[in-house]
Amino acid sequence: MRNALERFLMIDKRNAWLAFALLSIILLALPFAIDGLFGRGWVRVLDFALLYIMLALGLNIVVGYAGLLDLGYVAFFAVGAYCYALLGSPQFGIHLPFWIVLPLGALLACFFGVLLGAPTLRLRGDYLAIVTLGFGEIIRIFLNNLNAPINITNGPQGISIIDSIHVGGFSLGRAQEIFGIAFPAVHLHYYLFLIFTLLVIFVSLRLQDSRIGRAWAAIREDEIAASAMGINTRNIKLLAFAMGATFGGLAGGLFAGFQGFISPESFGLTESIMILCMVVLGGMGNIGGVVFGGILLVVIPELTRHLAGTAQQALLGKTVIDPESLRMLMFGLALILIMLWRPAGLWPSSQRRRELTASAPPSV
Amino acid sequence: MTSPAATLLKISGIEKRFGGLSALSNVSLHIQAGEIYGLIGPNGAGKTTLFNILTGLYQADGGKFLFSDIEYAGRSKPHILAKAGIARTFQNIRLFANMSILENVMVGCHHHTHTGIWGAVTRHKNARNEEQQITQRAAELLAYVGITRAHHMLAKNLSYGEQRRLEIARALATNPKLLALDEPAAGMNATETDSLKTLLQTIRSHGVTVLLIEHDVKLVMGLCDRIAVLDYGKKIAEGVPSEVRNNPAVIAAYLGG
Repeated sequence: MRNALERFLMIDKRNAWLAFALLSIILLALPFAIDGLFGRGWVRVLDFALLYIMLALGLNIVVGYAGLLDLGYVAFFAVGAYCYALLGSPQFGIHLPFWIVLPLGALLACFFGVLLGAPTLRLRGDYLAIVTLGFGEIIRIFLNNLNAPINITNGPQGISIIDSIHVGGFSLGRAQEIFGIAFPAVHLHYYLFLIFTLLVIFVSLRLQDSRIGRAWAAIREDEIAASAMGINTRNIKLLAFAMGATFGGLAGGLFAGFQGFISPESFGLTESIMILCMVVLGGMGNIGGVVFGGILLVVIPELTRHLAGTAQQALLGKTVIDPESLRMLMFGLALILIMLWRPAGLWPSSQRRRELTASAPPSV
Repeated sequence: MTSPAATLLKISGIEKRFGGLSALSNVSLHIQAGEIYGLIGPNGAGKTTLFNILTGLYQADGGKFLFSDIEYAGRSKPHILAKAGIARTFQNIRLFANMSILENVMVGCHHHTHTGIWGAVTRHKNARNEEQQITQRAAELLAYVGITRAHHMLAKNLSYGEQRRLEIARALATNPKLLALDEPAAGMNATETDSLKTLLQTIRSHGVTVLLIEHDVKLVMGLCDRIAVLDYGKKIAEGVPSEVRNNPAVIAAYLGG
């Protein structure tokens, strides 16, 4: 990760070590700091931010790298979550361990990524968006209706009492004491999610700067030229769908284990749009930007939830507008402002920045 | 061509129709290994259509072509033909605009490299070696075509002439046997055209056969070993430049006779 950091911040080796050490300490201490400063509810928000970062990074491979607009991405999140829920809950009485179910969910999502990707290969732009949107909805509606004639998903009621994430005898579902320090469940999940998020970031970074990453970028830039240069566009696009879906399935499994309850309601179109917003808002194709976008879009709605009510009370002495609708209004306004102010995203791809800062060599 | 050279590309009776319009009808020609072959004709004669069939962007409605002793029915995918050794540039430049110039050329190395997801993530020894090799190869090719810009510069920021050269470098990165150039001199001034001519001669001297669509008659006449003339989708003449220049059918086609 250190090399990545070096490239990320464009700093030299010695400073990179320092930044690395500092960042590690901040990341390790973060849940305790937030717990102490703002309360435990915000640590939970932090956990969700990490889940969404994983999702956004997965979608970034499809949308940011390969340039394939996917509006049904949440379907893979759902596949991972339901895979975990069905194999680790009283629904079927199966209780497989976490380290089997999670990779299985990711694998299944990967399979669905290819399955849903294959029919869309000839489509581009708007048409691709519409078809993927349809696929996303199909998965949700299936989950909603697979309670009859045989009850598989328990329909709209969802699946509850899902096994908490546990490795051997160590469960993340309850508070644990390690080296005399008490770690509440949300803190434990934070560390687990952090490990997976870092893994996803690492894989994304490595892929971006590789033969595969270049092939994705080539397809994004000009599919016809890419195919004429010997790239098998079908396979490379399917690979993007598969990789993106794998990350989605991974996040889905973690979500199910964390939440303990899932229902089709959690996997609607708005979720897909939200994840897409994180990618676009943060800076499509740039991992730092996408991470930033993920944090922002989880934190802003939470902040506005708190502010919408209290600010009205403080300013006007009474609640004029329903805080819940005001919250969405403020959120929408924030999105519009950011897009007007920085159309390429808050933190655009570093290549464009490099291009701007590099000194031009003597011309021919 | 004095020595009996082997035939690299033999096109037989290629047909292409767009609705009722016959874009190519019964076009046959053969290109020897090591020559520079020119394809000329008025606008809309079907030159680019023929290129698109040879590189798999269009499917032929009839006919076939033999490239490097393998027969194609004009229905293969572009990446198959690229792998077989046909590389091309485009009339309306199609670079990967937001990628660096080095990456543009590295993409050309795609089909003869092998690093997959696993190699990309772990960066094991083979993957690192391969990456190093193609980075070096791409840098060499940039120098070869005469682009001296910083390697991380974005392709879209190159000058027009440089963009055309970058397309050639990218095509050469696929290790082609046949380099098909669609109007490489379009929009170039006389100096740029001259250095392009030198570049194409160098490329040929390194064993790559060149197929050239060009409107600049002076360039074609001075550069090509043999020329074919297309008009309304039919081949109306073929031969060495001096023959073609004096062919009455060619003169009629160009002067609208």
